[in-house]
Formats: sequence, C-alpha cells, structure tokens
Amino acid sequence: MYVSVKGGEQAISNAHAWLAEARRGDAALPELSVEQVEQQLTLAVDRVMAEGACADRGLAALAVKQSRGDLIEAAFLLRAYRTTLPRFGGSLPLDTGAMRLQRRISATYKDLPGGQLLGPTFDYTHRLLEFSLAAAGEAPPPAPEMEPEEPGPPPRVTALLAQEGLMAAEPEGDDDTPPPDLTRDPLSCPASRALRLQVLARGDEGFLLGLGYSTQRGYGNNHPFVGEVRMGEASVEVVPPELGFAIDIGDITLTECQMVNQFKGSLTEPPQFTRGYGLVFGHNERKAMAMALVDRALRGAELGEDGGAPAQDEEFVLYHCDNVEATGFVEHLKLPHHVDFQSELENVRAMRAAQQ
Amino acid sequence: MTYSYAFLDEATKRMIRRAILKAVAIPGHQVPFGAREMPLPYGWGTGGIQVTASIIGRSDVLKVIDQGADDTTNAVSIRRFFARTAGVATTTHTAEASIIQTRHRIPERVLQPGQIIVYQVPMPEPLSRLEPRVVESTKLHALADYGLMQVRLYEDIARHGRSASAYNHPVMVNGRYLMSPSPIPAFDNPKMDRMPALQLFGAGREKRIYAVPPYTSVKSLDFEDHPFDPIRAPHPCAICGATDSYLDEIVTDDVGGRMFVCSDTDHCEERAP
Amino acid sequence: MSDGLLPGFSDAVFGAQGCFRAILAALSEPGTVHALGGDLAPPAPLCPAAAAVVLTLADPDASLVHDAGPVADAFLRFHTGAPEAELATASFVLATGAMPPLAALTPGTDEIPSAGATLVVQVESIEEGEGWTLSGPGIDGLRRLKVTGLPDDFPAQWAANHARFPRGVDVILCAGDRLAGLPRSVTLAVTLEA
Repeated sequence: MYVSVKGGEQAISNAHAWLAEARRGDAALPELSVEQVEQQLTLAVDRVMAEGACADRGLAALAVKQSRGDLIEAAFLLRAYRTTLPRFGGSLPLDTGAMRLQRRISATYKDLPGGQLLGPTFDYTHRLLEFSLAAAGEAPPPAPEMEPEEPGPPPRVTALLAQEGLMAAEPEGDDDTPPPDLTRDPLSCPASRALRLQVLARGDEGFLLGLGYSTQRGYGNNHPFVGEVRMGEASVEVVPPELGFAIDIGDITLTECQMVNQFKGSLTEPPQFTRGYGLVFGHNERKAMAMALVDRALRGAELGEDGGAPAQDEEFVLYHCDNVEATGFVEHLKLPHHVDFQSELENVRAMRAAQQ
Repeated sequence: MTYSYAFLDEATKRMIRRAILKAVAIPGHQVPFGAREMPLPYGWGTGGIQVTASIIGRSDVLKVIDQGADDTTNAVSIRRFFARTAGVATTTHTAEASIIQTRHRIPERVLQPGQIIVYQVPMPEPLSRLEPRVVESTKLHALADYGLMQVRLYEDIARHGRSASAYNHPVMVNGRYLMSPSPIPAFDNPKMDRMPALQLFGAGREKRIYAVPPYTSVKSLDFEDHPFDPIRAPHPCAICGATDSYLDEIVTDDVGGRMFVCSDTDHCEERAP
Repeated sequence: MSDGLLPGFSDAVFGAQGCFRAILAALSEPGTVHALGGDLAPPAPLCPAAAAVVLTLADPDASLVHDAGPVADAFLRFHTGAPEAELATASFVLATGAMPPLAALTPGTDEIPSAGATLVVQVESIEEGEGWTLSGPGIDGLRRLKVTGLPDDFPAQWAANHARFPRGVDVILCAGDRLAGLPRSVTLAVTLEA
C-alpha cells in the first residue's frame, strides 16, 4: 500500500539545522564576527547595500554572514528587512559635487583641477596571489597621507565641458513633482529617467556589466569616455516638516560615474557630448560605470538614435536587472511542479496516441 | 523587534486592499500594485501571501495547499508563516477553511459561498508567451484584442489535434478579459466557472492582483469544433478509488511501475476507507 | 484627544481588517448588505459605516474629497492622512449630502481602469430583497436591493457608468453601520412593481 510522504515540517526544520551547521563550518576555528565582515569584506558589504537598496553597513555585514557569502541572498535578506521599516520621508538631493573624496579619476584629461586621486584601488595591483595574507600577520602600516593640491571640492569634468558649451544640458527636472518611488509603486514603462536610474542603481552588477560591455562591442555603441569616477562621502540632509530647514543626518559612501558620450547632433541640436550617469552605494566602480553605460544606452530614443540593441531596450533592461526578482523566478523552478508536469504527460501521451 | 500582524504594515495592507477591491470590480483585469519584498523568495508565493496577509483576520481559518497537498514543504512553510505572524487557526479540511491559499490546484470539493481562494500566480499575463512586452499586452487588454491567442490556439489544434496547453490554459472572464488561471491543470479550469467562492490572484514579482467574484462566468478558450477538453490520467485513485479526481503519478520502481493517487490529499483522506 | 477630535477605530488593525472584509463581501456580492458592528463613533454628519470605509481605505497615497464639513474633515484627515484633491481626480469621494454626478469622477482609462474612483455615499436606508434588480458578476441570477436617499436619476447615471466598462466608478452605499456595494460591473434595473 502506497503512503504519501509526510513530515514536511520535520524535514524543513532538519534542513534549517543543517544549514546552520554548514554556515558555521569547522567549530574548531574562531567564528567570523559581523564586525570583521564589515571591516574586511567591505566591497561585499557595499554590493549588498546597493542591491539590497539599504545603506546600512552593519545590517549588510550581518546579511553577508547569514547568507554564507551568497551576495544575492544577502541583498534579498536586506530588502526583506528594509520593506518592514517605517518611512519617515525623503532626503534632499545629495550633493555629490561636495563629496569628501577618497578617489577621483578622469580619463578625458591628463591633468585637471583637483588632480587624479587614485585612492584605495586595485587598478595597478599585479594580480599575484599574496600568500602573506594567508598567514595571520601584523596590520599593514598606515598609507601616507597627501594634502589636496587645492582646498575645497574639485570641479566636475562635465562642468568644464559645459563652460565651452560642449556638454548637453540635462533636461530640467520638475522640482515640484516628487520623483517616482520604485519601492512603493510598481515599475511601468515607458519610465522616466529618474525611475530608470532607481532601477539600475539596485540592479544586478553582473547583468549591468554584461549589458554595458555589449554596448562597447557594438550593440548600441555610444562612444563612452569616463569623464569622471569619484568615490567618497556625501552628506545626507533632510528637512523635517516641524523644523522647515535642512539638517545633516550623516554621511554615506558613494561611487559616482559620469560617462561622457559623443552625440552627432540633430536638426535642432549642434554636435555635443551627452552624459551617462551611474551612482551606487559604497565603493563599486564596476557597477557605477556599467550603470552609466546602460543609462546612456537607454537615452537612445530621447536622442533620436537607432535602437534595437539589448541595452537600449527599456522594458528588457528594467524588467530583468533585479537579481532578487530574477533569482526568485529562476530558482522557483525547483519547487514541486508535478501537477503541471502530470497534465503535460497525459497531454503528450494523448497526442502520441492520436498520431499512431 | 516585533513584526506587524500578518507581517505587512498597515499602509501596505491598505494599498493591497484598495487593489483587491478594484480587481473585484473589474473581473479578470490585472491591477498593478506596489508588491513588497517578502521574507520568502519571489516564486514561492509572495503575491498570494501578500493577498492573504491583507485579508486575514482573527476569526479566519486558513488552509494552504501546494500541488493539491497540505503537506508539501512550501505549503507547510506558508501555513507556519501565518500561524506565527497572524496567530490564525489552520486546517487541512477544505470544508472548514474560510481562506484557502493555493499553488497549482483547486480543491476537488466544491467551494462554498463565503469562502475565499487565493491563488499564487507566477506569470499573471496570459499573453506573455506571445507578447512579452508589458506595454503591448496592456494595450491588447485595453482593446480586448485577443486574436493573437486565438491564432496560437488554432495552430496548436491544427498541428497536434488538441490544445497543447495542458495547464495554465487561458480563460475569458465575464466575456471581457483574457486571464491566466495560474498554472492549474486544465482539469481544474471548469471549477472556476460560476464558482460560489471569491477567487483572488496574487502575483508578487510581477506586481499584479486580479480577481473573479462569485458566480462569474469563466470560459476556457476553445473553438466550437474543438471544445475545451481537459484530460486526467485514465485511472482510479489507488487509495480512495476516486475516478473523478485529479491524480498524481507516482513512480514505484525503475521498470515502468506506476500508481495513481489523488493530488488533493484532503479529498482523498475523506474518501479513503 | 484634548482638542475634541474623536477617536478612530478602537483597534486600528482589526477595526480596519473587519471593515475591509465587509467591503470586500459587499463588492464581491453586489446587493448584499453588511453590518459592521464595532464601536466607531464619528462626528456628525458622518455615519459609522461611511467613516469606517474611509478610515479603512484612504491614506496619504489615496486622496479624499468630501462634503462633510470642517469637523468631519479634521477627523477624516487626522485619522487617514489622505490628501485633498479635485473631484475629478480623487481616489475616494465621500458624499454625505447630495452625491456628485458619477460622470464627474474619474473612471480611469481603458489601460488602467483600476484608477477609477470609489464613491462612498451616505443614504437613508439600504435593504435586501426588494427594490432594484441587480445582475452580473457576484450574483447568482438576480438580486434585489432597495436604496432610499439617492437622486431619482441614479439608475440612468448607473447605466451610463456601467456602459463604459471596464472604465467606471465603484459605489459603496452606507446607512448607519450598514453598507452595500455597487461595482461598475453590475447591471442595475428598476423593478416595475406589479
């Protein structure tokens, strides 16, 4: 006599126990602390904050630990927590021009006011495994500190170009209309640029990287130059209604990329440069640059360019770049589907019988 | 920290409740809503969970099934989620439930007036396989232009002699909207027609809610010369002997051994000797 | 409530949940009348059902227009945070006196018919089993509903509202602590009494 499998509840709790044990690893080794993750796996924490759409290093570090280093799972944990938080209001637009910079480079000029500031970059490391890191050792000596050449924030490359009239002005925003909010309202297309940038800012780094790369290989090429990549701390300001003036509630680390792209001009516009924009929580140039490439590609229709490349297809890009959504739907295929499969089985059997 | 009753905060519930009411007023129309991230992954029933969380109250009795069964792991997990966050009574008996959340099946027992069935929906857009662009499919619904789907169905029949969609077979609701019944087997489609219970559909990842009020016409798409003809495995249930229930096929050995048992475990247990 | 503002639901979570289920049942089965019970005691001229409906559904993301005067306005805005709007764009319109024409409210668009407004109307009475004959989704055959306190041309207005389906306005009728629903999908016929 067949008896169907029971005990789903017990199976689930056993699986959870095994997961906890696997997460901990060899108990003879010291447990990884959330503080260690936050301090020593900083770029993982940054990526999780960006894709988890929540600027909280401590929570992101906890999510990295809990997810055993699965960063998409960690971003999902952070999103699911974030969505339960009460909403107090929006900040003023961040002034990234006034960021306290750790890094700022431009590919378009050999030298420029403010200089090239390399900061903590992998760019010129030789990718040789450093076996010394495998052994516990002393903390490295502090890096030498340099005085900035000029006081105050350096000018933006796009502003330098704009002085000459070579940089297309950004379309004027409407200050009275609050920007759309992807976390409250579902995505709908055609999307405003503000909404597109929100989607891209928390989009999957790998997906955007591939799309950005495809534009470079000719699928919607937009002749990009890195006008500027900057990384540093920006102040977040809010205006509490009861005060009526802005107060500074703290700093967040951001990476911003302004890509300068060629534009051939049109009947009404002279040839000039246009901008692709990327902004992401934490230190993540790869994401900010890929985002800027895709942002510019998505502006193709607005600039009267031929469309048709994947990165220029707004619905395709925006509906598929969220890795929490994507991983859910792809991975849900492992849930039981035997009812549907059974109906397919009987259907195929019936069709074969009819053919014979 | 403590979470809200049934997990969702009150503002989110209000937003979802407004969407549900509009869905009821426009049977079969997909209402966009601001779906939230849930503590379960997209694809695990986040849309159904958000709908259930927005309607459920202390006097409800909840049943959760996946593939027709109360004891599948995801059904167990979702039932436990609501028992924990809403302190609600749960049951496996279809007749005792005031709310039934389901993935991929409609119970065999005829649902009663006052009951609510909540479907978990992966892809709410019935046109998505023919027209993946949401902007375009939205226009087609506005125009009630479903020629694309009729053509596809006709081609299937011409090629295979029957409709190739054995599950998630599209339906027309109240003669106006083409609707995905969710991936239920075609066998279950007729149960949707003029069902006395309220049918609510939640798609979390796609951020859509839709509904079919009680006693509403739900017609599976077909042609006069090829009427809708769902099939079930031609066997009685090996446990309860039912010849009119939908069956799971169980592989019993590796030399072709098969047995067939009711997919609806509650129905089977009630009938079993 | 030192400034005289009356309280909302004594239990915000379950007050709203119970009221929502009554509205859901009313719109799912047009013509059925549902008593809310509960202890909501809104300021005049609001009746408990109409106040409960607004408190349950309106909020900072769903605008409200009403004709109930300043005291009721303070009550409704405080408890919901719903912003004001023009009649033609409001999500919710509450009529305690003469109702505005259905055609004056937004019916949504063919692509987004769910943007159609909800009109909450306080009437003198609603009774099952007599009056209009209703048919359509949610109704097994026919159902009768008698409403007093609506304009004489309401059936004609309703016919025009129903004719533009899927666009349209949905109506929640309230009397005392009772409510009934008229979703745009329903057909309403004036019954000729023998």
